[in-house]
Amino acid sequence: MDFIRANLLTLILFSPLFGALLVLILPKGNKGLARWTALLFSLIPFVLSLFMWQWFLAAPCHAIAEQACFEQQATWFPLLNSTYHIGLDGISLTMVLLTTLLTPLAIIISFSIEERVNLYMFLFLLLEMGMLGVFMSLDLLLFFVFWEFGLVPMYFLINIWGSANRQYASFKFFIYTMAGSLGLLLSIQLIGLMMHTFDIPELMRTWPGYQGSVIGIDVNVIKNVAFWLFTIAFAIKVPVWPFHTWLPDAHTEAPTAGSMILAGVLLKLGAYGFLRLVLPLFPGPAHNFAPVLAVLAMLAIVLGAFASFAQTDFKRLVAYSSVNHMGFVVLAIAAAAWVGMNGQGNSAYQTDAIIALNGAVLQMFNHGLSAAAMFALVGVIYDRLHTRDLTQMGGLWVVAPIYGGILVFTSMASLGLPGLNGFVSEFLVVRGVWPIGSGSTAIFTLMTAISMLGLLFTGAYILKAIRMVLHGPLNLNAVEMAHGRSLEITTRETIALAPLLVLFVVIGVFPNWLVDVINATVTRMLS
Amino acid sequence: MTIDLKFLVWLIPLPPLLAFFTILLFTRGSKVLSDIVAVGAMLTTFVIAWFVLIQAVFFTPHLGENPITSQFVWLSLGPSIETSFKTGTLIDPVGAVLLFFVPLTALMIFIYSTGYMASGSYWTALVEHGRPELALDHVEHERADHPEHTNEDDPNASAGHGHDKVIYDSAGRRIVKFDATIWKARFMAFISLFAGAMLLLSVADNLLLLFVGWEIMGACSYLLIGFWHNRIYPDEPDRITPAKAAIKAFMTTRVGDVFMLIGIAWLYSFTGTLSFREIFSEEVLHTMAATPALPSFGIGLSVAGAIGLLLFIGTIGKSAQFPLHTWLPDAMEGPTPVSAMIHAATMVSAGVYLLIRMFPLLSAGWTEGGPLTVPMTAMAVIGSFTALFSATIALAQRDVKKVLAYSTISQLGFMVAALGIGAYVAAVFHLMTHAIFKALLFMGSGSIIHSVEHGEEHAHHHGHHFEHSFDAQDMFNMGGLWSRIPVTAWTFLIGGLALSGFPFVTAGFWSKDEILADAFAHVPVVFYVLAFSAFLTAFYTMRQIGLTFAGAPRTHAAEDATQTDWRMNLPLIILAFFAITAGWIGIPAALNPLGINPFHEFVGGTLLEHPETLPFNWFPMLTSIVVALLGLGVGWAVYVRKPLAAGEVDPLKRTLGPLYTLFQNKYYMDQLYEGSFVRFFAWFSKTVVYEWIDRGLIDGLLHFIARGTEWLAFRNKDFDTYVVNGAGDELAEGVGNLGEAFKYVQSGRIQQYLAVAAAGLLMLAGVFVWAFFLR
Repeated sequence: MDFIRANLLTLILFSPLFGALLVLILPKGNKGLARWTALLFSLIPFVLSLFMWQWFLAAPCHAIAEQACFEQQATWFPLLNSTYHIGLDGISLTMVLLTTLLTPLAIIISFSIEERVNLYMFLFLLLEMGMLGVFMSLDLLLFFVFWEFGLVPMYFLINIWGSANRQYASFKFFIYTMAGSLGLLLSIQLIGLMMHTFDIPELMRTWPGYQGSVIGIDVNVIKNVAFWLFTIAFAIKVPVWPFHTWLPDAHTEAPTAGSMILAGVLLKLGAYGFLRLVLPLFPGPAHNFAPVLAVLAMLAIVLGAFASFAQTDFKRLVAYSSVNHMGFVVLAIAAAAWVGMNGQGNSAYQTDAIIALNGAVLQMFNHGLSAAAMFALVGVIYDRLHTRDLTQMGGLWVVAPIYGGILVFTSMASLGLPGLNGFVSEFLVVRGVWPIGSGSTAIFTLMTAISMLGLLFTGAYILKAIRMVLHGPLNLNAVEMAHGRSLEITTRETIALAPLLVLFVVIGVFPNWLVDVINATVTRMLS
Repeated sequence: MTIDLKFLVWLIPLPPLLAFFTILLFTRGSKVLSDIVAVGAMLTTFVIAWFVLIQAVFFTPHLGENPITSQFVWLSLGPSIETSFKTGTLIDPVGAVLLFFVPLTALMIFIYSTGYMASGSYWTALVEHGRPELALDHVEHERADHPEHTNEDDPNASAGHGHDKVIYDSAGRRIVKFDATIWKARFMAFISLFAGAMLLLSVADNLLLLFVGWEIMGACSYLLIGFWHNRIYPDEPDRITPAKAAIKAFMTTRVGDVFMLIGIAWLYSFTGTLSFREIFSEEVLHTMAATPALPSFGIGLSVAGAIGLLLFIGTIGKSAQFPLHTWLPDAMEGPTPVSAMIHAATMVSAGVYLLIRMFPLLSAGWTEGGPLTVPMTAMAVIGSFTALFSATIALAQRDVKKVLAYSTISQLGFMVAALGIGAYVAAVFHLMTHAIFKALLFMGSGSIIHSVEHGEEHAHHHGHHFEHSFDAQDMFNMGGLWSRIPVTAWTFLIGGLALSGFPFVTAGFWSKDEILADAFAHVPVVFYVLAFSAFLTAFYTMRQIGLTFAGAPRTHAAEDATQTDWRMNLPLIILAFFAITAGWIGIPAALNPLGINPFHEFVGGTLLEHPETLPFNWFPMLTSIVVALLGLGVGWAVYVRKPLAAGEVDPLKRTLGPLYTLFQNKYYMDQLYEGSFVRFFAWFSKTVVYEWIDRGLIDGLLHFIARGTEWLAFRNKDFDTYVVNGAGDELAEGVGNLGEAFKYVQSGRIQQYLAVAAAGLLMLAGVFVWAFFLR
């Protein structure tokens, strides 16, 4: 146990890699073996994360600049002063738990994959490692390596196992994210060049106050440039309007489990980047840019909801809902950026900013759960009908009563019904952002008010989807397209969804086991 | 004892909530078990609630100052417990009033539902290729048979798979019959959740918990209104389907809810708390009333006023006040017990309850007799307008449930107006009596419909002419039911008289009288509007009773109608008892043998300042007696003394002429909304946001950049090939062929993937080498 505890993060991080390599060398003919091996190896990090949660509560760390939990540091790239430095605080802890929870569920959903199972599972576990690495990294270069690492398996998952338009979608996804990454790499290099370190905790202490010049350029110029490059990279990933159009394409074409992880975890990488790097490292530019970011967040919320409402493709509709929901995360981040980190900036709204950021992190977690569940449910239908066209469905509730019930329940969680998880985080965001700046600049108040229109339309598009799928006379086209297969949800699919459904209620009713952890970190961040 | 009570209050909403999960997870396969779970849970709740009620009313001195409360930290926010969010329960006098009528009406509705949902073991679903109900939106359909009225002896009938049955109706439509058990169980689960949410709202000590219950009810009403989710009406293309009515209800109330949520967020940020008791302290209210809102819209709007208005918009949605009232009549597409739940015990009451709860905030800065605050003015205007407006619509309705729906809107208008003029106790009183008699009326109407439906089936079996698309809710298909369904008739009459405010005996008289008395004393305009509405109320109620029960049956269905079973009768009788007696506790002091008005004394204790008792005035009391009797009398003369014959037009139509058509079409507000907002947003989202912005502008730009890059790459290649002819060659070639290369990537050979990955790594390594060593 001591060994596990001492090397906890490394074990969590690399056990999927080990599983991935194992799956790759397993005999190709035996699909069952590959599936179960993959599932087993995705459960190891999950079980370890449960221990991690317990240990964290016993000895919490809420400021990585001073002390991170389960910290490990090893020589990695001495020439560049870059080390293998990993550790957690309350925010990354939550995200790691989300990742290790969703991956096994996505793998269970993936049991319906029949083609090249070994390769699929290999890529899937590799993807998990990439995502975990981002959340754990305390070194900028390491962060970047894992950031890019997640991209490749996802590209292939979409490109090989996707649906009709997968070429376009995977290419767009890859190029778009890559475009953002280039700037990210450039600015990471600039920082490394100037500070002679890539260590995030150290940079948090020294970089914001660093003055001077490099090759004749004032460091403040470089800070601004680096800020913009960071911001664009993360904004593409979140995605912030107007960088969002890769998302509906990628989500729609990806295989079901791919969409689950894409929406559930990959989008969180962008928001996490803002929280972990942009806010602490660039408090000045972030404060200046915050109103613009708030406007973009509002546009994501409102236009995301409208665009979602316009869809007749079930999966695309759900995909756009991610733009809408992640907008709330960005709105809270913008407001917090304006208030400022570490007492720089406007401290009159500190409590409000704390509440908003609590909402943002919780919303990241909640959206991970509900988006994954929604995509799994879309996948259930797609698996039977091989269409996502809502006009080909209708009245399916009578032939799939359990499925319908779960779909309605998940939809309610997704539209933020109080009593379920989504509401808690959306309320915290709205409550936190509303008063910020009301004395001097009412932009945040105004953006919150307009975002309410998005909240209204969240209801509209979700009810539209339910109506098109479940309500009305039974559409025989759909029944015939299933070729005799029952449309009802299977036990395997129910098992994959059950933990998510339970969490909707648990977080909705008693959110404090999660918020308590997030709050402590966020409070330290802002005060 | 006090600690026990605190604990018990938490237990009040719990049993129905647990019943919801129990039924969905475990007992959905059995209707009987589900009924037992639901009714058993509600009965438990009822016992606990009334125990707490009795303790609170009789054994807790000064409940207003010393309410039963408990709190715990729900969300840790910020550095200390001060900034954390606490939630809890609160039973004060107003809460006690809710504990009286909510569990009572809910329990009655549960018992009634088990009977109402008893008949029919199949769930019928029309099956079609494609989506006929989408076509129904715009295309006029040729007349075809109603899906529910199917000929089971059809020779074309063939067995479906399992115990499902496939049959064909006379128009050749294919209908599948499914086992209905799971749906019946779900019905009980949904109403359990509904009741649990209302109880949660009733015991909440803060706005957020109240909002939780409020919204869960909204979701339940969505599920319940759309309960017959696959029903469509091919014969009546204009009629809204249950699925659409459900969406309409949810969305319309959500319009109010988002404003309310802003109000809650604002209130929370301004005061740092959402707990009622903390907000309603004198200095907090004073600060809020004294701080101008930004912007103050040139009417001196204070923060209290602005928040009050936002919360009031929530009520407009939930309690179906003008202009967000249109969802409520369409909510009649749900099963009748749902209508009773939504209209009486629960959802619409919640809207008025919010205003009652927030009254100290809404009236912050107002002194009795002084000028009204901005939110109060808005409430007085909208409330009294709604009361009159929907009373006129109710005059011309044919559907027995729709009359009641509009009367509900109208009565809620009475309550909102009452709060607007500061008649706090009167509003609480009317909320309570209305909940009881309106639940009675809705369940009575459900009983009528049930009887007529059975009569219709009966008539059909005995070889009478098959009536196409027979509407069992149309009052013009009824008549003569008095002797056929006596229990329903008598209890309905009692409910109707209570609604009309029949003097001295009924509960509705005393509560409505108190509103009128207050209005007369403070704002006479409101008094006259409400008095006229009360006249209309009495008239349309008598019209309804006359059309339904009087004279001879106008159809075979009505002729063969029979009384429903005990599960549906018992609740009617119990509620009829309370529809009379519940008003007696609020008889004005001047007429009361006790010498005081006990209800006023009790409920008034909720407020910081005990509201003054008005000096007794004969004029408003005489007015309420006169309008009630006059309305009932005219109604009796027109519809009971000379009962309508079959096929005869409504005599009111001759009298009112074009006005009648206007009322019947609800002032065309549905068409207005459909034509403006609904269409606009559908167009805006599809065409502007998706096609123009996302597909056209953003993706267009991206594709332009992509093509530009490609073009540049090729030009670069040309340039290199012909001009430089050097090292740049390979780079340009590489870029130019990138798209080409991706084509082969998905060849499926693992070696190739690994090669790509390796190449990627090499490229990355190259970048590093270049960046750090070669520079």
